[in-house]
Amino acid sequence: MNEGLYIQGISLLDFARGPALRWAVVVFVIGVVWRLGAMLLYTRRDLSRPNAASAPGGVKALLTRSAPPHELEKDIMFQHYSGYAWHISMFLVLLLFAPHMLFFKGILGFGWPTLPNLFITIFTVLTMVLLLILMVRRVTNPVLRQISTTDDYVSWFAAFLPFLTGVMSYTHITFGLRYEDMLALHFLSICFLLVWFPFSKLMHAIYIWPSRYKVGAAFARRGVRA
Amino acid sequence: MAASKTVGDVLRARGVSRRGFMKFCAATASLMALPPGMVNAVAAALEKARRPSVLWLPFQECTGCTESLTRSHSPTVEGLIFDAISLDYHHTLQAAAGHQAEAALHAAMEENYGNYLLLVDGSIPSKDKAFYSCTAGVSHYDMLVEAAKGAAALVAIGTCAAYGGLPRANPNPTGAVGVQDIIKDKPIINVSGCPPIPVVITGVLAHYLTFGTIPELDKYGRPMAFFGQNIHDRCYRRPFYDRGEFAETFDDEGAKKGYCLYKLGCKGPTTYNACATAKWNSGVSFPVQSGHGCIGCSEPDFWDKGSFYRPLSAGYWGDAKTVGIAGAAGAAIGLAAAAAARSRQKKAQKEEQA
Repeated sequence: MNEGLYIQGISLLDFARGPALRWAVVVFVIGVVWRLGAMLLYTRRDLSRPNAASAPGGVKALLTRSAPPHELEKDIMFQHYSGYAWHISMFLVLLLFAPHMLFFKGILGFGWPTLPNLFITIFTVLTMVLLLILMVRRVTNPVLRQISTTDDYVSWFAAFLPFLTGVMSYTHITFGLRYEDMLALHFLSICFLLVWFPFSKLMHAIYIWPSRYKVGAAFARRGVRA
Repeated sequence: MAASKTVGDVLRARGVSRRGFMKFCAATASLMALPPGMVNAVAAALEKARRPSVLWLPFQECTGCTESLTRSHSPTVEGLIFDAISLDYHHTLQAAAGHQAEAALHAAMEENYGNYLLLVDGSIPSKDKAFYSCTAGVSHYDMLVEAAKGAAALVAIGTCAAYGGLPRANPNPTGAVGVQDIIKDKPIINVSGCPPIPVVITGVLAHYLTFGTIPELDKYGRPMAFFGQNIHDRCYRRPFYDRGEFAETFDDEGAKKGYCLYKLGCKGPTTYNACATAKWNSGVSFPVQSGHGCIGCSEPDFWDKGSFYRPLSAGYWGDAKTVGIAGAAGAAIGLAAAAAARSRQKKAQKEEQA
């Protein structure tokens, strides 16, 4: 399991990309399977007579819920599309930065083409700016502030921190820290994200499709639009 | 023995021109990150410097450090500067052998007690009464402790002497350690590298001759002037990294075009040394320029930092078996949680019906 990485003389970077990452992956897998398994196993069988087929309604909900409802579009325009923008930007940085691809290649065994660093820098800055705007909006808007919990703030922090440490490592703006220590903090921020993920609202990344399908299917079964 | 001649006397006797000497001083001042105005000061100090006695003790080593110094630069002015110190003991280079050699060592130690420079290459075994590495029946551990007592300063030449190096690699059968793990009461300069760059060794000696002090050191005890920046920041292939152009294998089109070697495991971003600027073989090339990624040989425990060919950003995340066990554990907890929820629900329904 060590693959040649030994504890002797271990540096912060060795710890971050070795034992810390390994245990974070274990917690992440246990947590995700636990919560997803419990949700699926807990599902009760509906004994009532269906008014219509449920599956098409479920699939339809997957699509319709991905766009804002017409009635509310004007009011939630910014929230909706800024959400899309930062998520897409985040995935571009996550998957198309060469060192990130190499991280996944180490796990999956295959790689893919990547983008030049200039594009990655642009998408990183875009992601961070949007995340900051959304946070300012959350704390300044009275309604959003009322419905926000600790989970929202910690989850935002868990998503923002890897970008902050990543961009600091890449640009060498490290406030006196050496590059390898900054890179170690980047790895540790990922470890924190992995550990926090299954037990927080970040699980929406896994829940989003099955939950939309289930809501759509349940409504369709009753003969109403989700 | 340490002669009364100055460095300048020796250099003139060896036929080194004033121009050649000043070029060396300028290069040395530049390497030590000193301002141009200091070149004359370096030259003046070097010329007047008395030849210090230097003892070079080779311990558990491969002689690569000595090879690096003597082969790569001889017979340049740096090599002559090395002649300009009084190298009183170096059992690879000296003519004397056996008891005569050891007698020369002890005589030099006595004569220059408190003033000599002690250079060490190779790690020092510390396990099993340190008998794994001995000279003339004396363990290198004891030899180092004894020789360090009268030294003005110590210079650990190479990664083995600085941090234990290869002999310290897991499982470290001899209990190998570096000089700084044993000697705690003397100034120590670590000139790491496997081997160190010759001009870095001479640069450190030139600094000592010029200023009579040890240079500013980093957190690993290395001179900041040579180990202050990482290879990646000074690498001529850096623009290819920024453009996302990488060699995928050692013989593909990218490798032929000289693209960045990050994907092939280059440790340049986390390795601090002067390879990319001072280079090797009188400035001809360095490993990255020759097509192989940096292996991080000037860093402590570089041998135990994972594969040389694994990219820096790839984590040691575990294996499929561990993840499978974690998944099974997660499924079991999930099943238990669902069963508990069902049970609570049934109980609530029964209570409602009752």
